[in-house]
Amino acid sequence: MNHSGPPAAHTGTGEDEGHHALLRSVVRTAVAIFDARAGSIALLDQDSGELVFEAVAGEGEGALVGRRFPAERGIAGWVLQSRQPVEVHDVDSDAHFARDFAESTSYVPKALMAAPLLCGDEPLGVLEVLDRSTEPRTPLAAMELLALFADQASLALVLVQRARRARPVGAGPAGPAEAAAQALAGEISALDGGRREIALRIVSDLTEVLHRRP
Amino acid sequence: MTAAPDGLTWHLLGRDRDAIEVRTDWAGAGAAGERDDGAEWAWGGASGRGVRVCVIDSGVETAHPLVGPVNASYLVREAAAGQGAEGERESGTGHEVVRVAGGDSTGHGTACASIIRGLAPQCELDSVQVLGSGFRGSGDVLIAGVRWAVERGYDVINMSLSTTRRAFAPILHDLADQAYFGRSLFVASAHNMPVESFPWRFSSVISVGSHDADDPGLLLYNPRPPVEFFARGVQVPAAWPGGGTRRCTGNSFATPHVAGLCARIVGKHRGMTAFQVKQALFLASANVRSQ
Repeated sequence: MNHSGPPAAHTGTGEDEGHHALLRSVVRTAVAIFDARAGSIALLDQDSGELVFEAVAGEGEGALVGRRFPAERGIAGWVLQSRQPVEVHDVDSDAHFARDFAESTSYVPKALMAAPLLCGDEPLGVLEVLDRSTEPRTPLAAMELLALFADQASLALVLVQRARRARPVGAGPAGPAEAAAQALAGEISALDGGRREIALRIVSDLTEVLHRRP
Repeated sequence: MTAAPDGLTWHLLGRDRDAIEVRTDWAGAGAAGERDDGAEWAWGGASGRGVRVCVIDSGVETAHPLVGPVNASYLVREAAAGQGAEGERESGTGHEVVRVAGGDSTGHGTACASIIRGLAPQCELDSVQVLGSGFRGSGDVLIAGVRWAVERGYDVINMSLSTTRRAFAPILHDLADQAYFGRSLFVASAHNMPVESFPWRFSSVISVGSHDADDPGLLLYNPRPPVEFFARGVQVPAAWPGGGTRRCTGNSFATPHVAGLCARIVGKHRGMTAFQVKQALFLASANVRSQ
């Protein structure tokens, strides 16, 4: 894939770092458990129609984070559109599908597993595992495990997106109080009507209690 | 993600054929080569000739040698305001279905079409493209495509797709029932991930998960549905964009195996209802044996 854009700008707030640590942890664990050569989590940027590498482990770890590529292309496009994971066992003979890693790392995977990262029916991104060891797990068992990692990665990506939406545009690194308030606002805005009302009432009560401090 | 209920299975992982053996008093059960050969009776010697099969997916690459002739390709898209004469407008959906030259947005549909063609070489294959118009809101297009296909009465409809949106479940349920009673076999892929999605959960569709045997004609009945049948879904040789093939794993590839077998059944036994085809599939399953 062609990495046309610049690396994504991370604002470097503590919250952001925490979420990226979570994503890195998911993908590193996936690579370790699958005994794979590499793994990645890419976030879908709906506005630009691109995927952005958010976390990479193994091959390409130092080169790919922040890189962008067209979301409709290749196996990533396949799983995003079909909402179904897939494993392709002989992808190496097709340069079109191996290009994303090859262009930046000179590494061409032979096999690739990919799963969509979903929030309900909405696609958030793609989890890929490259060249897993085929010894301990059958393809069906690997697919089952991949789904579990995809579930974890989806939850982490939801947190990343919520945090970014909650943070005002142009805001710099937040202090602990601001970060807590932003996280809380993100959580509340994600609730449905009734629960949001209850949450807002709790916040109002808390504010009143804090006002009463001596 | 929507968690799946306990006990929900979508492939044959952790069990083998013996673990799901079913004994029946019905005569004629059994796989190819066995004493009572249900598979031979169901589809033996058939090619799907004259059977109309519709692939609802990402489109089909019509020039791919493994896909063979594609009778017609259609695209479901949002109808522009004041237009609609170009295609057939789907009532109440804001979508229209237009005839196109072919093409596949991802390769998913081409892979499925090639598997159907491999099993039912003489079927009449149509493509209805519902994927490829962005990543959001694809459920509306999916519904419009399914409705269009069901209303046109295809003999077999292959859908290696599903939606997790509960709001679409009642509409899909109605369409699945309409297909079932209208003698359209709606063959739907179980999701590969532990999520609750539709339409494969409905009893009026033929739902398919994966087994890992290297045999395109091996069908297994699941005595613990909602997935009713398992077909080859591991390392399946499938058509790939640009003319080649790749070995792929997933329920998406198991489903067209059953669609192809269904095309052979209805080609051989004209006039069968969906209920009767399900019985034929049951008796042709290799894990179902006469007492």
